[in-house]
Amino acid sequence: MNSLETSLRTRRDRGDKSFVPYLMAGMVPDWLDHIDALVAAGATAVEVGIPFSDPILDGVVIQRASLASLSAGNTPEGILAELGRRSVGVPLVVMTYFNIIHHLGLERSAHLLCAGGVSGVILPDLTLEEAGPWRNVAHGSGLDTVLLVAPSSPEPRIEKIAAHAEGFVYAASRMAVTGRADDDGHAAAVVERVRRYSDLPVFVGIGVSTPQQAREAYEFADGAIVGSALVERVLGGMTPTQTEQFARDFVL
Amino acid sequence: MTQTVRVMKDPGDDGRFGEFGGRFVPEALIPACEELDVAFRDAWADPIFREEFHHVLREFGGRPTPVTYLARLSEQIGVHVYAKREDLAHTGSHKINNVVGQTLLTRRMGKTRVIAETGAGQHGVATATAAARLGLECTVYMGELDTQRQSLNVFRMELLGARVVPVTSGSRTLKDAVNEAMREWVTCVDDTHYCLGSVMGPHPFPWMVREFQSIIGHEAAQQLHDRGVGTPDFVVACVGGGSNAAGIFAGFADSSARLVGVEAAGGAAIAGGQPGVLHGMRSMLLQSESGQIEEAESISAGLDYPGIGPEHAHLASIGRATYVGVGDEPVLEALQLLSRLEGLIPALESAHAVAWITREAGRDIPLGSTVLLNLSGRGDKDVAQVREILRGRE
Ligand SMILES: Cc1ncc(COP(=O)(O)O)c(C=O)c1O
Repeated sequence: MNSLETSLRTRRDRGDKSFVPYLMAGMVPDWLDHIDALVAAGATAVEVGIPFSDPILDGVVIQRASLASLSAGNTPEGILAELGRRSVGVPLVVMTYFNIIHHLGLERSAHLLCAGGVSGVILPDLTLEEAGPWRNVAHGSGLDTVLLVAPSSPEPRIEKIAAHAEGFVYAASRMAVTGRADDDGHAAAVVERVRRYSDLPVFVGIGVSTPQQAREAYEFADGAIVGSALVERVLGGMTPTQTEQFARDFVL
Repeated sequence: MTQTVRVMKDPGDDGRFGEFGGRFVPEALIPACEELDVAFRDAWADPIFREEFHHVLREFGGRPTPVTYLARLSEQIGVHVYAKREDLAHTGSHKINNVVGQTLLTRRMGKTRVIAETGAGQHGVATATAAARLGLECTVYMGELDTQRQSLNVFRMELLGARVVPVTSGSRTLKDAVNEAMREWVTCVDDTHYCLGSVMGPHPFPWMVREFQSIIGHEAAQQLHDRGVGTPDFVVACVGGGSNAAGIFAGFADSSARLVGVEAAGGAAIAGGQPGVLHGMRSMLLQSESGQIEEAESISAGLDYPGIGPEHAHLASIGRATYVGVGDEPVLEALQLLSRLEGLIPALESAHAVAWITREAGRDIPLGSTVLLNLSGRGDKDVAQVREILRGRE
């Protein structure tokens, strides 16, 4: 078991809920200060986006953040090097698209991610069937590859995903790309189905935008992932101090 | 030898063409891709489905399209050029073959709605056409820039009852229209089929679209045989995503013909790209040093795609087909040449294939050779643009 999974399991076994905020690396010049603010507010782990030109699982807000980061000249190597120079204090999980990893090369990606202090990776377009070579390299380097389960995933498939899952299981609450939503979608049902096959911590993501929604998710899941609602505010000029205040309300 | 046996055959359950292809999509779309794979496999093995496909292409689509000997061009360049006339198919290009197949399949799967991406609008118009015929609801995603450049095609789609959604993300062109269609598909997979426009995307799309388009190559092989020409020395087609090329190559994959795909020089995924993953597939892609996908640039919107279908990447890697690039200038010349010599105004896309043939006659193409050209579409959609360019020079 790698370090991400160990720490998340320990937390879950204590009955603590996990708040996992998402930020796009490089979308604002002081993005690392926002990460520190999130940790200060009590984030369990931070999901860090590495921008890709064609983010097919992201809605308009995170698309805008990707574009801002790319326009500022950020590269995967640059971002990981910056991350490596900060000591963040909680596990970091990188979310990006597989071409970024593929292009750098699997071994080199794993090396750079580890050097950046990253302990888990979410690659939403790398399906279980295609993930084998990457998972082997990543696992050998101590990196967990987090898998998603969607409302449309049939049970036999959930069983297969559960058998390969590492770190935590990302339960997508709805059939949609990332973005804000007003309801909690199918989250409870998806989590319940995942639990039948996996004893990993299960976190709800996609559409969790308010403290109220996060609290609802904590009722049945082990944690909640909050992306667009936060990213939108940071893009809109929220300061790290305000980020800390905003994030506090999501922490149970 | 196993590779040559598998050239242009069933790519199997994982949708691999050598090291290319596969299925790289969000988890939410996996069931829909699997459902489509099963449905297509089943339909394609069903003689009743095949007969309906052929029947619709005959009585609605204008097939079979003829093969025309281009006598004056042949005389001028010293090679015998035969054109497969996809420009005569309904809606003016080969795109109709694919959409007739996919809309019939949509109905067979019990879905009531299709979405599609389009660049210049050819695939969008074809999808709207086939959807209208079957009473399917149709929404087309089109880059905002393209809706402005091709406003007549937007109107055509609307006349046909489709809704056109301008895509404002990214570069606001074809690549972003595909992204947006995929994002949208996630939200409506239950009742909606994504009618992809070329031999690209996640398995089973590259294989399925090639099979629907293979009617071009099978017809052409029979037609050349019937008129005593036999196997041509060259089969030449333009390549955007690669559907018209895959379609005509499919009729000659096991023959001695040299297969040549002509890309826009500014969008040459084989010559200028590297292996990568985009839009659900592993293929050759134009990308930056750090793995960001780059914009293709071409005079023809239909070839403005930074990637290429995975089967083409495979055919290139094993040397079964060759991929070459042609710049905008020779394309404009080829369009005018074919118009004046043969009374055929080709689409700018198809003019790429013409340009390569005229450039290479007596060089890469030995004098006296026989060449089969896929005239993938007619140039009506492009005449306004060409007029602008030529007038600007007077
Ligand atoms: C006439 C014509 N030819 C070719 C293409 C390129 O597509 P493909 O490479 O899939 O045949 C297009 C695309 O719009 C087209 O309209």
